[in-house]
Amino acid sequence: MALESKIPAGPIQEKWTNHKFNLKLVSPANKRKFEIIVVGTGLAGASASASLAELGYNVTVLTFHDSPRRAHSIAAQGGINAAKNYPNDNDSIYRLFYDTLKGGDYRAREANVYRLAEVSNNIIDQCVAQGVPFAREYGGLLDNRSFGGAQLSRTFYARGQTGQQLLLGAYSALSRQVGLGTVKLYTRREMLGLVVIDGIARGVVARNLVTGEIERFAGHAVVLATGGYSRVYFLSTSAMNCNATAIWRAHKKGAFFGNPCFTQIHPTSLPLHHEQQSKLTLMSESLRNDGRVWVPKNKGDKRPPNQIPEEERDYYLERMYPSYGNLSPRDIASRAAKRMCDEGYGVGETGQAVYLDFSDAIKRLGKKVIEERYGNLFQMYEMITGDNPYEVPMKIYPAPHYTMGGLWVDYNLMSTIPGLYVIGEANFSDHGANRLGASALMQGLADGYFIIPYTIGDYLASQKFILVKTDHEEFEKEEKAQKDLIKRLMSINGKRTVDDIHRELGKILWDYVGMSRNEQGLKKAIQMIRELREEFWKNVKVPGNDMDLNQTLERAGRVADFLELGELMAIDALHRNESCGGHFREEYQTEDGEAKRDDENFAYVAAWEFKDVGNWVLHKEPLVFEYVKPSTRSYK
Amino acid sequence: MSSVKLNLTLKVWRQAGPNAKGEFVTYYVKNISPDASFLEMLDILNEELEAKGEEPIAYEHDCREGICGTCGMVINGRPHGPLQGITTCQLHMRHFKDGDVIFIEPFRAKAFPIIKDLIVDRSAFDTIIQAGGFISVNTGSAPEANSIPVKKENAELAMDAAACIGCGACVAACPNASAMLFVSAKVSHLALLPQGLPEREIRVQKMVAKMDELGFGNCSNIGACEAECPKEIKITNIARLNREFYRARLLSNV
Repeated sequence: MALESKIPAGPIQEKWTNHKFNLKLVSPANKRKFEIIVVGTGLAGASASASLAELGYNVTVLTFHDSPRRAHSIAAQGGINAAKNYPNDNDSIYRLFYDTLKGGDYRAREANVYRLAEVSNNIIDQCVAQGVPFAREYGGLLDNRSFGGAQLSRTFYARGQTGQQLLLGAYSALSRQVGLGTVKLYTRREMLGLVVIDGIARGVVARNLVTGEIERFAGHAVVLATGGYSRVYFLSTSAMNCNATAIWRAHKKGAFFGNPCFTQIHPTSLPLHHEQQSKLTLMSESLRNDGRVWVPKNKGDKRPPNQIPEEERDYYLERMYPSYGNLSPRDIASRAAKRMCDEGYGVGETGQAVYLDFSDAIKRLGKKVIEERYGNLFQMYEMITGDNPYEVPMKIYPAPHYTMGGLWVDYNLMSTIPGLYVIGEANFSDHGANRLGASALMQGLADGYFIIPYTIGDYLASQKFILVKTDHEEFEKEEKAQKDLIKRLMSINGKRTVDDIHRELGKILWDYVGMSRNEQGLKKAIQMIRELREEFWKNVKVPGNDMDLNQTLERAGRVADFLELGELMAIDALHRNESCGGHFREEYQTEDGEAKRDDENFAYVAAWEFKDVGNWVLHKEPLVFEYVKPSTRSYK
Repeated sequence: MSSVKLNLTLKVWRQAGPNAKGEFVTYYVKNISPDASFLEMLDILNEELEAKGEEPIAYEHDCREGICGTCGMVINGRPHGPLQGITTCQLHMRHFKDGDVIFIEPFRAKAFPIIKDLIVDRSAFDTIIQAGGFISVNTGSAPEANSIPVKKENAELAMDAAACIGCGACVAACPNASAMLFVSAKVSHLALLPQGLPEREIRVQKMVAKMDELGFGNCSNIGACEAECPKEIKITNIARLNREFYRARLLSNV
């Protein structure tokens, strides 16, 4: 099967406009004859379902949460980018496009990224009209701040809760449609299987998480907005319930998986405090403006940080990257922290942490200024750790945060299965090998508000109105397959808990498919994951009843999928013999340890086709750069 | 970072289903790190129960950063536990002493029926929002963002109210199981912004009517909601809700 990206012809500034004109329309009278199923209610899912319902389609929305407002978009702190150029600092759509493409280390499609920048301004308009309380100037107009990877201020924000406010905006639009009866909302439903009839996506089956029943939902198109998969690492900044099950089950039904090894490790997370920790908490990257990163010069130095004299401290970022120092980019800072800890210089109980020290800044600027800049973050830190960062240095460590990879989609956001659309973090599309800060919110809302409402019509216009009934044999088959899988999980009755196996998988991926990868380690990881998968299916224990609310069973199904996805991540990382963005292969680095891209051989999207568990076929979508010529990034 | 581990006695509400009889069950947890969060302490207990083949305690949680509003339980009689201004997931074990006995119960309110153990159904909150907690603006019809100036002071007050995470602690804390703090936060958020003004009167009336219909109690100015709100939403929002409600009634055409 050949991958058709469907990128429109013409100059980049006109592609989306021309494409929209060429898309077929569905008349208002006919829209109400179509049923669209949306899975997930984060920024992408909520904005898509509200917008599609406003257009007149019948929309069915599923979420595994108790309320659509819980989706993990809510936890995004920093902000959302747009090319408004309100500060008059020479921003433009073209510049936002350029920064985003370069930030992704030239592994994304030019046309998609340009469109993202193009609709960014509409998103801000839409959110303001919904009542999103963005930060404002005294004159009443919108305020902007700067963010990583940009030399100007284009980030709109609502305190440290931008994701929450944007999601509540999309949630309110969705709620309005639920109230009007145009959206049927099903909470506490987890999609388990995609129903494909004659090669076309026709519906899903989902488990009712309260009763345990498998329910069927039929539609003319299915939209997955189910988020990213960084919980595959067990410890990540993602919410506890984030998972890959919906996209993974779709992948196994024929949707290709794009760039699975492109994962983002964020440098400033709170480290592990104890062995049984469940997740990691992000601390805003802005802290590195005034904090200095260091470790003791002596391995295993257990003295409290304040008793380690200046000459026995190694400010390693300042030493290794003198021109950027503590403000080195995410991938550099993350890898350096890992290296120091691996070599035995790490601090804290587990030795997996480095110091982020504000004492110099407090001496220089006074406690009051630091409090003004970072007061809420310091408070949050103290709440979690019990340490006062005004007195003792913070301890930080990198953590899995975001996944650029996801299901492959064409320019219309349709996967390789006709009728199956994938939006938001769940798709692979816009961030290449590295995502810039404040771009995830932009992409989720761009897909949901302004792209899928146009592109899905083109597909539906060519569909017949007749809806497949849920008693079709493919629904029967899918329901039975899911029931069998659940039965199998319940009947193993082994000795190991689901979390125990998940934790082990996470460690394998963190060690070998994390911040730094090499051929030998990746081969080892593949072997270890296969063995662990076998162990899971022989020795996992799921107590309770499947026809009941059973959270262990929910997790077991997700971990079963992670055990397959983890292998594909390693296979993808092993095949990509270059370093780019978040994918760092130790064999491919410059003399001074920087990522070395290979544009001649790897300027493509790796789209994996599922054949069988442990067996994938690689398809390549070449990336063509007509407007921005790929260049090397240097930070020394 | 303290290394003294905690041994605790937990009295946890177990209830197999909405109509089943519930009871407190006693569990002992040992060697808990004071650095563990309260929910991690429950995870440890649950993993022990799972390993023994027993059903773990059902409880809800997701972001574990205090923002999604999923978690929530009554700990020693207080929603989200003994500390001010945090959610259950932000509570850490260093605030407990070795040998403590801790009572853990679900949020209790007529409008929040128990589903299982510590999980309650808070969908009534969504129903209230669906009745009117929004600005009716379709995608694509928005004017240029800076064509709507907003007084900075109002934007800040709106943001204070919009910080509500919809966890339901206010309802659990209130002896009347009133949802006034939740409803007032949304009414305030939207009434303080110019974008919210066209629907100012209809919104408050619809939301209050829905709130009453769903079985939430009345407000009798006790203030427990404000005291237990993990986002410290102010009770002055309830005063604003009352003003908005009476204003809407006065201006009503019927």
